[in-house]
Amino acid sequence: MATLELSEISVRFGGLQALTDVSFRVREGDIVGLIGPNGAGKTTVFNVITGVYQTSAGQVSYDGKPLRSLRPHKILALGVARTFQNIRLFQNMTALENVMVAQHCRTRAGVLGAILRSPAQKREEAVIREKSLQALDFMGLGAFAGELASNMAYGLQRRLEIARALATEPKTILLDEPAAGLNPAESRELMHTIGRISERGVNILMVEHDMKVVMGICRHIVVLDHGVMIAEGKPEEIQRDPRVIEAYLGNELN
Amino acid sequence: MTIRASKLWFGYAVAMAWFYVLLWPLLGIKAAGLEFAASFAIWSKVAVAAAICLVLYQVKQAGAFNFLTKPTERVGEAASAAFRRVPTWLSLAVVLALAVIFPLFTERYAHDVAISILVYIILGLGLNIVVGMAGLLDLGYIAFFGVGAYTYALLSVHFGLSFWLCLPIAASFSALAGCLIGYPTLRMRGDYLAIVTLGFGEIVRIVINNWMSLTNGPNGVLGIKPPGAYWFNGASLEHVWLNHLEQLYYIILALAVFTVLAVYRLNYSRIGRAFEAVREDQTAAELMGVNTLRIKLLAYALGAVFGGLAGTFFAARMQFVSPESFTFIESAMVLAMVVLGGMGSIPGVILGAVALIALPEVFRGFELYRMFVFGGVMAAMMIFRPKGLWPAKRLGARSEERE
Repeated sequence: MATLELSEISVRFGGLQALTDVSFRVREGDIVGLIGPNGAGKTTVFNVITGVYQTSAGQVSYDGKPLRSLRPHKILALGVARTFQNIRLFQNMTALENVMVAQHCRTRAGVLGAILRSPAQKREEAVIREKSLQALDFMGLGAFAGELASNMAYGLQRRLEIARALATEPKTILLDEPAAGLNPAESRELMHTIGRISERGVNILMVEHDMKVVMGICRHIVVLDHGVMIAEGKPEEIQRDPRVIEAYLGNELN
Repeated sequence: MTIRASKLWFGYAVAMAWFYVLLWPLLGIKAAGLEFAASFAIWSKVAVAAAICLVLYQVKQAGAFNFLTKPTERVGEAASAAFRRVPTWLSLAVVLALAVIFPLFTERYAHDVAISILVYIILGLGLNIVVGMAGLLDLGYIAFFGVGAYTYALLSVHFGLSFWLCLPIAASFSALAGCLIGYPTLRMRGDYLAIVTLGFGEIVRIVINNWMSLTNGPNGVLGIKPPGAYWFNGASLEHVWLNHLEQLYYIILALAVFTVLAVYRLNYSRIGRAFEAVREDQTAAELMGVNTLRIKLLAYALGAVFGGLAGTFFAARMQFVSPESFTFIESAMVLAMVVLGGMGSIPGVILGAVALIALPEVFRGFELYRMFVFGGVMAAMMIFRPKGLWPAKRLGARSEERE
């Protein structure tokens, strides 16, 4: 079971307590939304899961394996891929190359194979290409394979980030504000796409500010405020939760 | 138009004033007192020449030379279109054939220059893996050239090992040196990495310079054997030393062709893409499953391998090595070739090596002004073609073409 489990995660940066005792799970087949006001620590959660930050206390485990002290590329190899809030594509590479890089941890051809062009290397290269083109097609980017990432429109770059993450063949994908900067039509399409990703058997954890997107597709929602989990539950419950309303809108005047 | 013209002439006035301020102290300040005549004479010549160039430029902009430039442009376009229709393998074959027959039509001096160029091509392509592909600024690259050269020198002098056997040995030693130097330094990024590699490059040279018992210090190592070969002499197989320049030329040409092929294929491979990903965004590369530390170390070691191969040949060709050949200026020279030619571009690096070795030879006639012209050309290049003589094409675009 590819369950991602955070238990009592705390992260401190010097004197700043970024996260305090955060615990939740992303189960098989789940679409979990992680919401909260700006600075609540949502991206920090992603960075902890993917191994960019170390926890001060608590444990992240995946498939029952603790992820602590694993380097990011190892965590990715276990099947947890992510996208970035500020797009971090390889700007001077083409869309296809961006996606091909993501196959790195699933392939093994080395220097000698490359220099000698061994049959195994050629076969592998063909497979990488094939799978990468599939990932591009899945995100509707087939026509942009040869385009430089930096020349692509913003919405396409967002999609390319997801295609790149999918090409790592993840079992769980973390989407960091996938709808940021998208127009309503693009957001709707994104929701549809996220549904399709989920149908492929990929578990999804997403940070998102667009409530229409979050409430529309997430089956489970976790709310963070100032690094503390203030609520967790189904979308309908979250919408009625007074603590959540308070965190977003402030106290009622009385 | 008039505004543009006045701006142009204003720029001209500023440039000439600046030039005089630079020129006068050099020519005019003497022990006997201040002098203006000599500097003014030179300055006025330059000013007139520059003014003529500027006027010609303006006339050309106005379209007065269209009757001349338009047809030449058209011819140029037609030529380049025709050139594009020639398959790549054919043009490569022509270049290779020219390189192969080159020694038949030229003399000793040309052979000598060509050998230097080929050595620097290998060095440039090796450094290109580190700087152009993986984006790691390395200011101490020549250290690996030194490691390769000394490995062969010492093995040849003390143990009589042959050149051919020493090629892989020296390459492995250089790779090992690359890993040893890279392991602690590659955790750093950008400017810090540049400074630390500069330091390690110097450390290698200073160790070679001071390890008297092993390397004979500044006196260098003498009596290195040239490459050997077995040759049929009538009936019997006979061992000969390949110490003629043409023979050495063919050896280094073969090594250079191997290097070009290896780097080209690496460029296309999974490893090459990982190098580029690290260059573009190291954090994102790590998060997309690239073991960045290992990949950077690999880039460093691969660069070192080619440095080592070039070094082995260098020792065999000179039959003498000393630490003087491995100073910082050599690292800077190789780096200049990579940047001048176009980072990450194989033909660019080759062109850069040719330009930086052959141009000073061509300008030997100017002797006194050689380095001056050299510096001027470099500065002009960086202004007019900042991406290099032959900028790197995108990998993806190239692999699309293949289909």
